[in-house]
Amino acid sequence: MLTYLAKRLVTSAFILLGVTLVTFCMTFLIPADPVAMIAGRNSTEQSRQLIREQLGLHRPLPVQYADYVVRLAQGDFGRSFARKTDVGELIWSRLPATLLLMLGAIVAELLIGLPAGIWAASRRGRRSDKAVMTLSFVGVSAPQFVVGLSLLYVFAFWLQWLPLGGYGTVWHLILPAITLGIAGGGWYSRMMRSSMVDVLRQDYIRTARAKGVPEWRVVLKHGLKNAILPIIAMIGLDVGIFMSGVVVVESVFGWPGIGQLMWGAIQALDIPIIMGVTVVAAAFIILGNLLADLVTPLIDPRIRLR
Amino acid sequence: MGELWRAFRKDKAAVAGLAVIALFVLAALLAPVLAPYDPNFQFMDGLTDDGQPLPPSERFWFGTDRLGRDQLARVLYGGGVSLLIGVLANGFAVLIGTLLGVTAGYVKGRIGAAIMRFTDLMMAFPALLLGIALAAILKPSLFIVALVIALVSWVQVARVVYTETLALAERDFIEAARALGASPTRILFRHLIPHLMPTVLVYGTLGIATTVLFEATLSFVGVGVQPPMPSWGKMIFDSQSYYLTAPWLVFIPGAAILITALAFNLAGDGLRDALDPTQRGRR
Repeated sequence: MLTYLAKRLVTSAFILLGVTLVTFCMTFLIPADPVAMIAGRNSTEQSRQLIREQLGLHRPLPVQYADYVVRLAQGDFGRSFARKTDVGELIWSRLPATLLLMLGAIVAELLIGLPAGIWAASRRGRRSDKAVMTLSFVGVSAPQFVVGLSLLYVFAFWLQWLPLGGYGTVWHLILPAITLGIAGGGWYSRMMRSSMVDVLRQDYIRTARAKGVPEWRVVLKHGLKNAILPIIAMIGLDVGIFMSGVVVVESVFGWPGIGQLMWGAIQALDIPIIMGVTVVAAAFIILGNLLADLVTPLIDPRIRLR
Repeated sequence: MGELWRAFRKDKAAVAGLAVIALFVLAALLAPVLAPYDPNFQFMDGLTDDGQPLPPSERFWFGTDRLGRDQLARVLYGGGVSLLIGVLANGFAVLIGTLLGVTAGYVKGRIGAAIMRFTDLMMAFPALLLGIALAAILKPSLFIVALVIALVSWVQVARVVYTETLALAERDFIEAARALGASPTRILFRHLIPHLMPTVLVYGTLGIATTVLFEATLSFVGVGVQPPMPSWGKMIFDSQSYYLTAPWLVFIPGAAILITALAFNLAGDGLRDALDPTQRGRR
């Protein structure tokens, strides 16, 4: 277990390094020259050279990359073009809101997906099963911004049950969490159904039924215990989907997280922020994948790690 | 082929999906004929007196947008842009994913390992963030948008194709081909890739749901196709500040995106079941 953990940590570190290499290369794709942007239009060649040296752009590329990685490791993400502030600080101050939103989305997708999947599995082959499975595709196929704007329209504007976006109370969290979690809810209902269908076919379930255990107890007690395990192990993998989703969801709901920061940076082409958020998001995705791998053997001892 | 269609036909949801796809493609192709007006024409009387978009009426079925343009015409033309990008992007993604996956699975060794490490790396990237960053930097045309989406969505195809190739490469008929002296390239293109066609076909359909949503999201973030070209996502991006006063501007293109993605998901899912006989009894 420990050697496996060590091995996985090393691989993860290398993947993160690869991510920084890609974001580093991205800076060279920008059509605008940062030196010209800082120096202004009427600058002399001398002043431009000075700025180039200040930014360290006159050094060979590998040295620049090494410098970039060392700075990242120290938590230095550079300075924002537009906001003239430290990118690391901007990201750290907004991270808690994003993590809270992601937590809410996990609760939402499980609350949507698990009951739907269990219900469909217990009615396998019937019309209600087919209806739930088709509905699950609606959740997967709905663009998040349309879901978000629709929820806002119905529950905040029309019924006025919940606030029209913003941040602060539990009430503010409900709609964004559902929006971010609805696609996951669709997937989880499908996975929960197929996992449950597999479990319900096993001998010990037949034994339980033969003993005369009522069907709802067979499904919810005997079946659920085993069927839910592979589903729980997958939660870590959701981080990737969430990290993409927060850009849209946070900007629709005015949620002050890193997604909204990213949105603003995109409109202003503020590259250091875009790069910084991408690296931080990738780090969380790698962490989530690692978590998913480590949790699997804990909940299912039959799986051994190598 | 006839057998495939018979199996596919049993899944009513999948057939409905296919019908919707056919309908939307037809509507997009015939947009110049079907659209009542020019999608970029700004009607002098296309706005209310205080400059608000007009609600749906007999003259403008889907209402007008914030510039007084006919929303129906824009939805029809926008469908072409959205579908074209979705299909192109997914085509590229499946092509890249299949070639890389089959190479990694068959060649193995250092090249195979390098390819798989690269897919691991891409898995760690938030696809949308990377796509947004690329699109923001590149100032995209229709073709570039499709390419950007493909560049971040081939990974899943590559992984599935890789696993399947590993299993296929162990099979006797590949061994036999090798024993007969077939070159690796010949084995790759004549023996391996044809057996991967079902997978390619399924991802070629299912994946379009994802790429259509991806295009819509890129447009909604403001880095998709550039004006005046309408795409469904772009139309929502343009009118999102009107969603309380003129909700049809958001919900009609939104419904179009949802129905398109849903149709491709249903059709792809049905295709997967029809192609995989072992799954048939289990539904």
